Amino acid sequence: MPAGWDGRAAEVGDAVTAPTTMTFTRDSLVRYAGASGDFNPIHYRDDIATAVGLPGVLAHGMLTMGAAIQPLVQALGDPARIVSYSTRFTRPVVVDADEGAEVTIDARVGQTAGDDGVGRIDLTVTCAGKTVLGKAQVRARFAPGTDGDDETDARAATR
Amino acid sequence: MSDSQGLVGRRYELPEPYLVGREHVRAMARALFATNRIHLEVEAARAAGYADVVAPTTFPAVLQDACMQLFLADPDAGIELQNVVHGDEGFRYERPIVAGDELRAVLEITSIKSLGGNSMIAADTVVTDADGGHVVTATATLVVRGEVAA
Repeated sequence: MPAGWDGRAAEVGDAVTAPTTMTFTRDSLVRYAGASGDFNPIHYRDDIATAVGLPGVLAHGMLTMGAAIQPLVQALGDPARIVSYSTRFTRPVVVDADEGAEVTIDARVGQTAGDDGVGRIDLTVTCAGKTVLGKAQVRARFAPGTDGDDETDARAATR
Repeated sequence: MSDSQGLVGRRYELPEPYLVGREHVRAMARALFATNRIHLEVEAARAAGYADVVAPTTFPAVLQDACMQLFLADPDAGIELQNVVHGDEGFRYERPIVAGDELRAVLEITSIKSLGGNSMIAADTVVTDADGGHVVTATATLVVRGEVAA
């Protein structure tokens, strides 16, 4: 198990990982629909998306949210370090049938760790130069490895 | 939605425990661009102290969505899926979900508000494991377009 990112000495604004870009295609949306069970047709039918007043077929908000945290999960090394994750879906990710959509993720320290060892990491998620997730915030244990008692408990519970 | 306020406080529970499958975890990991081996390889997960592959961070949305479908199927709600978009989402985790977990999920409608001709429906989904322990709570707001709550 890699130790993972050590944020104990991190300061507000520090990058947790290098910026990451992912390309969502229509295939990505079908794959997410199938895996998640979310078959809302606005995610695969241009005619329906247009009929209900949307700019086009949109990525599932939960696809964007779920993919956006992956570079951070990889940096932390252990998903059990994540205490909470929340966001608002402020702008749709329109996925062009030919070109798809490029989504870029930047993860920086938003608040240093408190006495409980938990700090906040803010994700900036953009598509075509515009932010698509609002207040995308992850509260996480800033110490790597198995230092935290809570983390040990979390693992024990899954055995 | 004419009687929407009567929906606040209503609960929708999955009829039986949700068994988290290993291949489903892998399918979700691939769908979410997850690269950490802990989500894909049993050996990597066990080396990290888990019983089996670890579900991606937003996997609880699957249970939340399954409960939400029960709500959307409620004739009192009268909502068409294509008119629904996701407003916000949050998770508070007790621990990650792993393959083999048998989970219960209960969604409760916590508020319905009318805003700009849309209805904003807030719901909390509490996920617990076979021992009754809290695993994660998901909080969501759905925006229903073109429908006005009473």
